[in-house]
Amino acid sequence: MAQLNLPCDDAAIRALRVGDTAMLSGRIITGRDTAHHWLFGGFREEVAPFLSGSVIYHCGPVVRKNPDGTYTFVAAGPTTSAREEPYQADVIGRYGVRGVIGKGGMFDKTRKGLVEHGAVYLHAVGGTAQSLARAVVRVERVFKLEEFGVPEAMWVIEVKDFPTVVTMDAHGGSLHETIAQASSGILQKLLGGAAR
Amino acid sequence: MKGIEDWTRLFVDVIARATARLPDDVTRAIRHGRTQEAEGSLAAMALDSILKNADLACSEGQPMCQDTGVPLFWIHHPVGLSTGMLNAACAEAVRRATARNLLRENAVETLSGRNTGNGQAPGIPSVHCEEWDRPEVQVQLLLKGGGCENTSAQYSLPDTKLGADRNLDGARRVVLDAVHQAQGKGCGPGILGVCLGGDRGSGYLEAKVQLLRHLDDHNPAPELDALEQRLLDEGNQLGIGPMGFGGKTTLLGVKIGTLGRVPASYFVSIAYLCWAARRAGAIVNANGEVTWLS
Repeated sequence: MAQLNLPCDDAAIRALRVGDTAMLSGRIITGRDTAHHWLFGGFREEVAPFLSGSVIYHCGPVVRKNPDGTYTFVAAGPTTSAREEPYQADVIGRYGVRGVIGKGGMFDKTRKGLVEHGAVYLHAVGGTAQSLARAVVRVERVFKLEEFGVPEAMWVIEVKDFPTVVTMDAHGGSLHETIAQASSGILQKLLGGAAR
Repeated sequence: MKGIEDWTRLFVDVIARATARLPDDVTRAIRHGRTQEAEGSLAAMALDSILKNADLACSEGQPMCQDTGVPLFWIHHPVGLSTGMLNAACAEAVRRATARNLLRENAVETLSGRNTGNGQAPGIPSVHCEEWDRPEVQVQLLLKGGGCENTSAQYSLPDTKLGADRNLDGARRVVLDAVHQAQGKGCGPGILGVCLGGDRGSGYLEAKVQLLRHLDDHNPAPELDALEQRLLDEGNQLGIGPMGFGGKTTLLGVKIGTLGRVPASYFVSIAYLCWAARRAGAIVNANGEVTWLS
C-alpha cells in the first residue's frame, strides 16, 4: 500500500501503478461539473495555489455549518468522473494538478493527459460517504459556495489516510479499459447464440 | 394521522430511515457477493468498504451516500385522502430532511443552474399517489442517486446491432448490453429494474417500481422469473465487478415487470440502481398505527 502525501511531486506520482492502493494525506480540493467548466473557461488565480501539486476530488458533499461558522463534512463519497472528461486533461495541465479522485474511471483524452502531465486517477469506493467523510479531518475554506451551491462549490479540505485505488496511472495504464475490453468479449459470447 | 403535519412527520421518518439504513435483503446480497470474491482482490476490498460504510451510516443515522438523489415517493391511499395534501407533505418533509442534512441540497433549477437549497424544484420530489380499495395508507420511498440514474437505458426493439427481436430473448440481449455499457459508472454491484412495454415515460417509471421489490422475491410470471435469474447469472459472468474493479459481483438482482404497448412500440426500459439501494416504507392503518416495511 502506497502513502501519498499532498501536495506531491512528479516522481511520487510516476511511482504509482494501476492496481496499487494509495492512502492520501494532506490538502486536497473538491470540484465537479460546474467547477470544471469554470476552471476550463479561464485561469482562476484564486484557486490555482490549491490545485498545484495536489488532487481534485470529484465530490459533492453533504456539509453541516457549525454554530461557530466552521464546516463539517457529513457525507462525502466520489461522484461519477466521466462527466469531466471534456475538461479534465486541460485542467490538469493548466493548474499542475497531480491527480483526481473519483469513481467509474475516465477515457482516452484524460488518459493521455495523465501521461503527459504526470498525474493519476484515484478511484474511491462509490457510495461509502460515511467512511470517506471521516477521513476528512478539516474543512479549510470554500470557494464559490454562494454561486455554485454546496455540492458544486470547491471545498479545500485536509484528509488523513483517505483510501483510494490507482485505476489509471501516469504510464498509460487503465483498469477501466482492461475491464471494458474483457467484458465486451464475454458479452459477445453471451449474445453469440443469435436468435435471428 | 389527522392532517398534513402528521403526514409530514411520518415522511421525514421514512426519509431518515431510507438514507441511513440499507435494507436487509440488500445487505445479505452484498455479503453473499463478498463470499464469491477472491481474498485480497479489489472486488473484496470494495465490498468490505461498502459493508463497513453501511454499518457506520446505520449506527450514526447519517446518509450512507452523499448523493441522496431524487426522492421518489409512491403512496397508496384509501378513497377520500387528498393527493394534494400528500404531495405537499412530501415536499415539506424533503425540505425539513434537507435542513437536517439527512438529504443533500440536491435540487437545481435547470436553466439558471441555481441550487434551490431546500431540495425542492419542479418535479422534485417525485410523488406518485394511487387510490386503492384498502383502509390503510402505504408509503414507499426510493432515494435514487444521479450516478446510477445516468446509466439507465431504454431500447426500442427490434435492435439490429444486438440481434434483439421483440421477445424475451431480445429483452435479454439489450439488458446485457446496458450492464456492459454501465461498467462501474453506476456504483455497482447494481440492481436492475426492467419494464417490457409501455411508452418511453411509463416504461421508465414501471422499471423504477420494480426496484421496490425485495431481492429474494420471485416474479409470479414463470417466464419472467426465469429471465430474472438468467440475467442475474449472465450479468455476473461479465466480470465487471464491484465499482468496475473486476470480479464476480456485477449485479445483486434483476426485477422485471410489464406494461401494455401499442403495436408499433416494444420498449425495454432499464433502471439501474446502485448498491446503495435506499428503499424504505411504512403502512399506516385506519387507527394511525405505523408498521415499517422491510
